[in-house]
Amino acid sequence: MSPFLLLLLLLVLSVAGYFIGQYKALNLARKAGGASRLHSLPVYYGMLTALWCCLPAFFMFLIWLGFEQTIVTGLMVADLPETARSLPPARLNLLIKDIQSLASGNIVSGEITPLMRQAAAHYVELQGIGKMITSVIVLVASVAGMLTLHRHIRPELRARNHVEKVVMGLLVVCSTIAIFTTIGIVLSILYEAVRFFRQVPVTEFLFGLEWSPQMAIREDQVGSSGAFGAVPVFAGTILISAIAMLVAAPIGLMSAIFLSEYADKRLRAVAKPMLEILAGVPTVVYGFFAALVVAPMIRGSGAQIGIDVSSESALAAGLVMGVMIIPFVSSLSDDVINAVPQSLRDGAYSVGATRSETIRHVLVPAALPGIVGGLLLAVSRAIGETMIVVMAAGLSANLTANPLQAVTTVTVQIVTLLVGDQEFDSPKTLAAFALGLVLFIGTLFLNIIALTVVRKYRERYE
Amino acid sequence: MSKSTTGSAARSSASSGRVKTIDIVNKGLKSRYRKEKRFRVYGLLSIIASAVFLAFLLSSIVFNGYSAFLQTYIKLDVPVKTGMINEQNPRRSDFQGIIKAAIRDYFPDVTERKDTRELYSIFSSGAAFQLREKVLKNPPEGDTTISLWVPADDDVDMLMKGHMKRDVPESERRLSDKQLRWIEKLETDKRIEKRFNTTFFTAGDSREPELAGIWGAVKGSFYTMIVTLVLSFPIGIAAAVYLEEFAPKNIATDFIEVNINNLAAVPSIVFGLLGLAVFLNFFGMPRSTPLVGGIVLMLMTLPTIIIASRAALKAVPPSIREAALGVGSSKLQVITGHVLPLALPGMLTGTIIGMAQALGETAPLLMIGMVAFIVDIPGGFTDPAAVMPVQIYLWADSPERAFVERTSAAIMVLLAFLVSMNAVAVIMRKRFERRW
Repeated sequence: MSPFLLLLLLLVLSVAGYFIGQYKALNLARKAGGASRLHSLPVYYGMLTALWCCLPAFFMFLIWLGFEQTIVTGLMVADLPETARSLPPARLNLLIKDIQSLASGNIVSGEITPLMRQAAAHYVELQGIGKMITSVIVLVASVAGMLTLHRHIRPELRARNHVEKVVMGLLVVCSTIAIFTTIGIVLSILYEAVRFFRQVPVTEFLFGLEWSPQMAIREDQVGSSGAFGAVPVFAGTILISAIAMLVAAPIGLMSAIFLSEYADKRLRAVAKPMLEILAGVPTVVYGFFAALVVAPMIRGSGAQIGIDVSSESALAAGLVMGVMIIPFVSSLSDDVINAVPQSLRDGAYSVGATRSETIRHVLVPAALPGIVGGLLLAVSRAIGETMIVVMAAGLSANLTANPLQAVTTVTVQIVTLLVGDQEFDSPKTLAAFALGLVLFIGTLFLNIIALTVVRKYRERYE
Repeated sequence: MSKSTTGSAARSSASSGRVKTIDIVNKGLKSRYRKEKRFRVYGLLSIIASAVFLAFLLSSIVFNGYSAFLQTYIKLDVPVKTGMINEQNPRRSDFQGIIKAAIRDYFPDVTERKDTRELYSIFSSGAAFQLREKVLKNPPEGDTTISLWVPADDDVDMLMKGHMKRDVPESERRLSDKQLRWIEKLETDKRIEKRFNTTFFTAGDSREPELAGIWGAVKGSFYTMIVTLVLSFPIGIAAAVYLEEFAPKNIATDFIEVNINNLAAVPSIVFGLLGLAVFLNFFGMPRSTPLVGGIVLMLMTLPTIIIASRAALKAVPPSIREAALGVGSSKLQVITGHVLPLALPGMLTGTIIGMAQALGETAPLLMIGMVAFIVDIPGGFTDPAAVMPVQIYLWADSPERAFVERTSAAIMVLLAFLVSMNAVAVIMRKRFERRW
């Protein structure tokens, strides 16, 4: 039975359980003399039955789903002939992959041997058995749950309290998903990064000046030494982010000031949605625009005044990224400026300051912590931005501060290292996770500082 | 800080004795007003700069992409004789050969091998499929001539749309002089024309620009968004309800909050790394599928939804809760019966905005293998699929000129989806927003 069908059946059973539970509760109530004899409203007896019907069964289903692949593969490997099982692990893995893709009707890397065909058939059979067992277990658990509860329904059963307890449990579980996501990110990246650092020392990665992650596949291959010094990559990231912030910080801040202090209602009604549209454009669109329009334009104007500009210059990517961040900076600064109490403005006006003097000497200093926090968040966004740089920045890791040359960034390297076929024991693939770790820690650092600063700032004026 | 500077300025002018303060003020007034004006202009300029850029972006995309909604077709009379179609199994007939014969019939004076090959190449390879479909639908009886409008090759298409110039030397364009002459002959016979490009809206991806369409990507996006919505909406609301209504104020709750706020600012590609390491490598879920893509995007949009939902819950006044508690509801009954229905519009708005974000997201999906070249239109949650932004990325990488306009057209379609989603959110906010 397919998982989807099984879930559907489970749902149907739960709905049935709901009505059965409610029916029994109503029946009991009638015998005992009215619904007020029940501890809870009849719907709660129904709900409790439905919960008993679906929750345990659903957990079993999830457990099976999580381990299905491992168990079935393990059984299949155990039944392979001795000659195949004694292969070295890498070859054995390849064989297993081939058998699995043969079983699902995909393309196989090598020649199909009778052994593989047999194993694939066995695999399909095991999968079928597995599916059947799950279906049976899940359905039995569901019906058993329903029957157990059905037996326990009495007028004095505290159904509402039980249901509320279960619901509270679910709410807590849902709210901890954020924690599990963070833990998952940290663990998964850390695990692969540590494997990388076992092959390449941390100091070489953090302070090495040469980055060329292509590894030699054969021993005698030339030109692919595999150097993992990430300094040029970091420098490129910083260069592009700096260009982006040079564009975004003044324009974003001035837009926010203008909109909140000068603009009349009509202009605001046009400008705010305009900025929202700018913020809503997907980054892949910005990337396409940067690569197709902005980069050739910069290159062309450079050629006219006799400067050689790379067609994947940091300037093009940085400029477009800056424009992408403008709405972000503007909306954060807007919030912060609006939080400054009106009394400060009135005070400044009363001693004869002009508007711009009030803004420059009173508002901005008062809002500075919030503005700085917003800018830090913007920097973190610039560093983590992927698509614009993937499409418009280069791949070659040049250690340069010249914005007209091509540089590469952390995110570009992660994408190029991980897209396509991967081998999870080569430093080339694992390097992406080391870069990801640096990216995560760097942005985490910026975010936490920024969020604390902004929060402190808000509390000051609340 | 600022107060002290103004204070000292006032004191110094007062202490200067006979010079009247008002004179000093008047002296500086002109330059101060100038500065005021300049500051104002800077503000206006920065708004205009964003507007100009947005206009430039949108117009360049429309300008590049509008022509993709048209496609050049060539009318071809295909003579089908008995024996050409395989009697037992019509699927396996040589349709390519039939098309080629038809082309040779139309240009009888082209005989040399090299020339015929060039001749065939002005027609799309999709012509044979079109013929095949037509024949399989109603098999011809006896000798007939089937008249077909077949798509032209992308180079011909570019020529007809004016993206390729005719009057440059032969070496500078992708079509030879001979091919130009044949096209001119087709033009004089009124057998070549631009029509609405239905392929673009109905086909999956293809290496041939004239056969490539976005339907596969649209469906992939649809399935991915369904997974994201089904997971993130209930989980987000549950988390928001717990944190806003029930959670005790303690370290654990603070930790959850810090986590959510931080996750909202984590680069999206990091979620892709998580998906790759956990869902693909650890749990062994299938690559390139809407299922995994949806889960990864769910983790990414969850903070947005939780934050918006909490704001919506916060906006419901305490008097509602107190009234419900006063008539004897339990705390959960208060929430489900009174607070949630009032906060739902705000939550839905937040969810739609989160979904719009997820729909435009590319980077994490690259990590979980959704960049594969997939021709088939996905039919379910576990079929390999591409999504629209990834399709845009893939086409943007293709060298053919014809893919530039198709990329722009796909961007227009994606933007149309996003704008309408955001418009729905805005309308909902306007319609259901309640000020208490």
